[in-house]
Amino acid sequence: MSDTPSQSKPSSQVVKRHGLTTRLWHWINAVCLLVLLMSGLQIFNAHPSLYWGNGSDFDNPIMTIGAQLGDDGDPMGYMAIAGWQIPTTGVLGYSGPEGAKQARAFPAWATLPDSQWLSLGRQWHFTAAWVFGLLLVGYLVYSIISRHRRRLIGVHRGEMSQFGHAVAEHAKLRFSRVRDYNIIQKLTYLLVLAVLLPLMVLTGLTMAPGIDAAWPWLTYVFGGRQSARTIHFISAFSLIGFFVVHVLLVLVSGLFNNMRAMTTGGYRVDTPSTSTDKERDHG
Amino acid sequence: MADLPIRPTDRRRRRLLASLGALGAGTLLSGCDWTKSQGVQDFLGRTEDLTQAAMRLVSSREALAREYPTSAIADTFRPNGSIQPQTDAYQALVDNDFADYKLAIHGEVANPQALSLAQLKAAPARTQITRHDCVEGWSCIGQWTGARLSDLLDRAQPTENAKYVVFHCADHLLGAPEPYYESLDMIEAYHPQTILAYGLNGADLPVANGAPIRLRAERQLGYKMAKYVMDIELVNSFADIQGGKGGFWEDRGYNWWAGI
Repeated sequence: MSDTPSQSKPSSQVVKRHGLTTRLWHWINAVCLLVLLMSGLQIFNAHPSLYWGNGSDFDNPIMTIGAQLGDDGDPMGYMAIAGWQIPTTGVLGYSGPEGAKQARAFPAWATLPDSQWLSLGRQWHFTAAWVFGLLLVGYLVYSIISRHRRRLIGVHRGEMSQFGHAVAEHAKLRFSRVRDYNIIQKLTYLLVLAVLLPLMVLTGLTMAPGIDAAWPWLTYVFGGRQSARTIHFISAFSLIGFFVVHVLLVLVSGLFNNMRAMTTGGYRVDTPSTSTDKERDHG
Repeated sequence: MADLPIRPTDRRRRRLLASLGALGAGTLLSGCDWTKSQGVQDFLGRTEDLTQAAMRLVSSREALAREYPTSAIADTFRPNGSIQPQTDAYQALVDNDFADYKLAIHGEVANPQALSLAQLKAAPARTQITRHDCVEGWSCIGQWTGARLSDLLDRAQPTENAKYVVFHCADHLLGAPEPYYESLDMIEAYHPQTILAYGLNGADLPVANGAPIRLRAERQLGYKMAKYVMDIELVNSFADIQGGKGGFWEDRGYNWWAGI
């Protein structure tokens, strides 16, 4: 270690942010989630209503997407939720190119396959679910045993006190380039990894009558098969919400640096003026 | 039951979809034909075996579907698929209150049976309040009373060759030339909750729900549970029956394994 005088100019260095496991998982998982979402919307279209409990109370769905004749005599699409009916023609309920509009809950551009085809939608969904589910279990195990992942994403003692400061910095769109995630990132990724993604798997399994016979507790935990289906739907749209915020923050906090971290693994961090500040170890 | 899968022929729509490709990968995925090609269908269909094997692995042969209290029974059990078979032969059975109904159990059996409705009602029975899960996504709870299929099969004495139990029905769903049919393997057929139901919610099974008998296989989706069962055939393979996939909806692209 040389004893050079301290430089006044801030410097930076590239550290390895994500290992190969994380990078591979991230991109395969992104493809899986896209396929699962679109094929899931295809499956939803077969019966576009949500209920609570074990059975379906057909007269009282929580939410329903449909088509009906409007006041002007033309078909219109709508979403009905909690007593409110929202006109959604063109997107939900009734959509398609001019002259070939169809009554269908989610539009063709959002479903896999595009045409109404439940059996093929199920094949896509279950195939992607196998890849997604197995990789998720593997990645959760890896995240627990990997010291690197624990340091990057784990919430450490006393760290919660930085929450207010982090929120303020985010609100000002000021992002510091540091080695480990800030507390907001940590909590968000933990919520997605440990809650939302496992919830998708478990509520999905609860909808399978064969799994319910093997593990009846699932139907009790989620309040019934129809409740599980509703939670599955809400969780899926929570993941869409996460995705939107995730992409926006990647864009505003340094697209190149973030993309590099998730492709080659390198991430440029700002270092203090001298190199004497050794990497802290959070333990 | 689900509507018939509709295959797209509208090229204009597809072109328009393709032009919307800039909207994102989602549009790209759905706008392309390859997502529906036969090769993709065959490839994706292979996961069915994995799903079945995994479910059998985590589930015991006799693991029971959840049964519900009487308070959970739906006011009306939603009739679905065929609700009124149109053939003269079936109408004649209805007109006579099914007095002339005979259920044949034949095929790979040592002792073929021909059972009247009275004989079925006299057989060892089971009553269960279970949840019916449609492949479309909805569920409905009802109370079913029926003859245990395992006892009936024991009477017929399946041969060593018997691998599947095929249920031939009276209805022609969606105007199909051949009648509805379905199949179970021996494990599901011998499951304690697998019954030939002649009663729903304490009354005789209504025509809309499959009179005189319908199959209940409670660990499977609704399309497995054939209504208007006329004839039970034990086979070594269902490759030669109708479309060869083991059931009406299976012949139309749905999984034979209906536990998911």
